[in-house]
Amino acid sequence: MALLATQNLTAHYGDFQALFGVDMMLEDGETVAIIGANGAGKTTLMRSIAGVLINGQESVTLDGAPIGDATADAIMAQGVAMVPEGRKLFPSLSVEENLLIGSYGRKTDGHWNLATIYDLFPILKERRNNPGTALSGGQQQMVAIGRALMSNPRILLCDELSLGLAPVVIRDIYQAVPKIKEAGASIIVVEQDIGQAMKVADRVYCMMEGRITLSGKPDSLSREAIHDAYFGAAA
Amino acid sequence: MMTDHTIPYAVHTGTPVSRIVGIAALILILFLVALPAFASRSLIQDMFFILTMLVLAQFWNLLAGYGGLVSIGQQAFVGIGAYAMFGVVILAGLDPVPAILLGGVVAVLLAIPTAFFAFRLQGAYFAIGTWVIAEVVRLLTSQWKAVGGGTGTSLPRDATRDLWMTETIETVFGVRNAAARDILAYWLAVILAVATIGGIYWLLRTKRGLALAAVRDNIEAAKSVGVDAVRMKWTVFLVAAFGTGLTGALIYLQKARISPDAAFSVTDWTAFVLFIVVIGGIGTIEGPIIGVIVFFVLQTLLADYGTWYLMLLGVIGIIIMLFAPKGLWGLISARTGIELFPVRRRLTGGALSNSKPNQEET
Amino acid sequence: MIWIDTIIQGVLLGGLYALFAAGLSLVFGIMRLVNLAHGDLIVMGAYLILLLVTMTGLSPFIAAAIAIPFMFALGFGLQKFMLNRVLGDDILPPLLVTFGLSVVLQNALLEGFSADSQRLPTGALSTASVEVGGINLGVLPLLTFGSAVLVIVALNQIFYRTELGRAFRATSDDATTASLMGIKPANIFAMATGIALIIVTIAALYLGMRANFDPNIGPARLIYAFEAVIIGGLGSLWGTLLGGIIIGVAQTVGAAINPEWQILAGHIAFLVVLLIHPRGLFPRAVD
Repeated sequence: MALLATQNLTAHYGDFQALFGVDMMLEDGETVAIIGANGAGKTTLMRSIAGVLINGQESVTLDGAPIGDATADAIMAQGVAMVPEGRKLFPSLSVEENLLIGSYGRKTDGHWNLATIYDLFPILKERRNNPGTALSGGQQQMVAIGRALMSNPRILLCDELSLGLAPVVIRDIYQAVPKIKEAGASIIVVEQDIGQAMKVADRVYCMMEGRITLSGKPDSLSREAIHDAYFGAAA
Repeated sequence: MMTDHTIPYAVHTGTPVSRIVGIAALILILFLVALPAFASRSLIQDMFFILTMLVLAQFWNLLAGYGGLVSIGQQAFVGIGAYAMFGVVILAGLDPVPAILLGGVVAVLLAIPTAFFAFRLQGAYFAIGTWVIAEVVRLLTSQWKAVGGGTGTSLPRDATRDLWMTETIETVFGVRNAAARDILAYWLAVILAVATIGGIYWLLRTKRGLALAAVRDNIEAAKSVGVDAVRMKWTVFLVAAFGTGLTGALIYLQKARISPDAAFSVTDWTAFVLFIVVIGGIGTIEGPIIGVIVFFVLQTLLADYGTWYLMLLGVIGIIIMLFAPKGLWGLISARTGIELFPVRRRLTGGALSNSKPNQEET
Repeated sequence: MIWIDTIIQGVLLGGLYALFAAGLSLVFGIMRLVNLAHGDLIVMGAYLILLLVTMTGLSPFIAAAIAIPFMFALGFGLQKFMLNRVLGDDILPPLLVTFGLSVVLQNALLEGFSADSQRLPTGALSTASVEVGGINLGVLPLLTFGSAVLVIVALNQIFYRTELGRAFRATSDDATTASLMGIKPANIFAMATGIALIIVTIAALYLGMRANFDPNIGPARLIYAFEAVIIGGLGSLWGTLLGGIIIGVAQTVGAAINPEWQILAGHIAFLVVLLIHPRGLFPRAVD
C-alpha cells in the first residue's frame, strides 16, 4: 500500500479545470519528482494533497485512508508538511518564530528541532531574530524548509524550491534534500528545473495541462520522451 | 496584413423588458402627479415619506454600492441642508422653496472638507470617520442660537403661509394651507425622485458610470486603464452630498420644525437608509425601490412597537447580509434575469460579425 | 495649577478610552474587522455586571470577574458563527452586519432594562483620592489607567511571547499558509474576539463605576475607541493608549474652557491628528 496516493484527482478554480483525473503515488521512503511547465497543474496537485484545495473524499489517500476532503490543518497534523511555492514566510514573525510556528499543529518527537535545523542551515542561526522576510531569497527558502521540518513530517511537499533563485543557491538548497531523506521523510519535489529534480528523485512524473504525461525512473526516461511530455509533442 | 478601415459597431443597453418598463414608468409618473386630485392628505404625506426616503437611498446607493464609499455620516448633509434652508428663511426672509436649492449647495460646501478628512481613511475606518464628522457638525449646529441651538426651532408662520404655489393649490384643490403645503412638498418630491433615478440611470450608462463601476471593483486595475480614481471618488461624494442636502431641506420644509438631534439623527437618516438599500439590493437602481416599499410596509405595521420594531429591522438586515447579500432584488434578478434598469453593455456589429468564417482551425 | 490638574484628569480619562479601544485594535489588527457594535457590547457588559451585582450582592470587581468567562464565550461564539461568515475583501457585509447587531443590542437592552440611567455601586471608591506631589488624584481613575496599562502589557506579552500570539500574527499575515502550519484560522479569529470581549468587560466595569450609563451610550464609546485607535496608528497597542490619552486630555481641557465643548474638543483633536498624521502616530510598517 502506498504511503500517499491520488486517484482520479480533479480540481477546478471556479469554471476553470486545472486537474483532469490525476493518478500518482508516493511509497514510504521514496523521493518523487513532479516536473512540468508553468501552468501544468503541479502546484494545484500539491495544494490538493495538502488540503488547501478541498476535493472529493476518495481522491487522495494517506496510508490508505481517504483525506481528499480534509482541511489543511487536519492533514498537517497527520504528518504532511508543505514548503509552499514562493516560500510564504510570515512577515510579522522572526526567523526563529517562523521555524517555531511550523510545529504548531503537530508536536512529534523526531530528528528535527531548532538545533538540528540550525545545523542543516547554519546561516539561519545567525539571523534567528531578523524578521522572516528580511533575508535573501535562498535564505528564505531555507527558513521555509526548516519550518516544514519542525513538525517532523512523514511526507514533505516541496513546491518549486528553485523559484527565483540563482543556480549556485539552488545547488546549496538541494544539498539538504538527501539529508532530509536520510532522517526519514518521504518527499515530493515539484520543479520546473528538471536537472535538480531528476538528480534527487527515485521516480519522476511529468505533467502537462492538468494531466500526467509520463512517469518512470529518471535513468529509464529518454531526453526526447521527457521533452515531449513536458512541452507537448508536435503534430 | 490587416485592413485599416473601421468596422461599424454599436453599444446597446436597452432590452425589450426595459422598454416596456420605460413606458410603464411614464404612466406611473403621470399618475403620481395627478394623485393629489383624489388622494387623502395622509396618503400624500405617506407618499412624500416614501419618495424622500427613496431619494436618500438612491444617493447612498450611488455612494456605497456604485462608488464603493461606505459612509455612515450622510446625516450630516441631511441636517446641514435642512439647517441651511431654515437659516436663510429665518435670517434673510427668503421663500423656503428656492431655499431648498441652497440646502443642496451648502451640503456640497460641507462635503469638501468632509471628503478631505475622510478620504485619508480606508474601508470601515472611512465609515466611522464620516460618522465622527457628522457628530462634529451636529455639535456645532447645536451652538447656533439663531436657529434655536440645542432645542431647535420652527419655520416662521409668514414663511409657511405664503409658500410659492400654495395659494394656487388651495384654490385648485380646495384645501387648507397646511394640506396645500403637503401637496407642494409632495410634487417637489416627485420631481426630485424622477430626476434622481433618471440622473443615476443616465450616469451609469455613460462612460463615467462604467469608470465608477471599475473603480469600485478594482481600483488598481481601473487606474491602469486611465480612470482618475480620485476624481471619481470626489465627484460621487459631492453629488451624493448635494442630493442628500437637497432632500434634507425638502423633508424639513414639510415638517416645518427642526432640531439638531432630529436633523442629524443616525437612526432616521443612516440606519433606515442602509436598511432600505441592503434589503432591497445594493448596487442596483431597482434595489432601493423595493427596499423602500418593504420598509414602508414594516414601518406602517410595526412602528408602534418601538424597540421591537427596530430590533426586527436589525435582525432582518443581519440575515439578509449573511444569506442574501444582494438583497431582495438580487434574489429576484438572479431567478428571473430581469433588469428594469439594465446597464450591462452589449456589443453588436464589430469585427466578429463582419469577418468571413475561418477555413482552418489551428 | 488648575491646568495641570485638568491635564492629569485627562490622562487618566485616557486610560478608560484606551480600555475601550484595546479590544477594537486587537480585532482589527488580526482580521481587519471593525465591529460597529463594539460600544454597545461594552454597555452590555456593564448591564451584565449590574445584573450579577444585583443578584449576588457581590462587589462590581468580583461580578466583573464572573462575567468575564461569559463575555469570552459570547465573543468566541459571535465570531465563530456569525462574523467569520462575513470576513473577506468586501467591507460592506461586516459593516452592515455589525451595524445591525448594534441596533439589535441597543434595543434589546432598552427592552430589558428600560432607558433609565444606571450606575454600578461603587461606594467609597467613587470619591476616594490620594495625594501625589500636591495634587489630588482619584483612586478610581488611577485604577482605570493602571488597568489599561496592565491590559496592554498583557496583550503584548501574549502577542510576542506565546505560541498563541505567534499564531495570531501568522494568521493575520496569511491565513492560508497559517493553516498549513496546523492553525485553524476560524478558531484563531474566534479566540481574538473572545479576548477582545474580556477587555470589553474590564472596560465596562470602569465605565459603570465611573458614571451613569444607559442603553444608548454605546455609539459614543465606539467613536472614542475608534478615534484612539486611529490616532495611535493601526496595529500599535501602546499607540492606542497614547491615542486615548490625547482624546482624554482634549476633552478635559475643552470642558474646562466651556462644559458644552467637551465632546467637540475630543473630535477636533482627532481631526487635527488625522490632518497631520493620516496613518496615526505609530503606524505599522506592514499593512
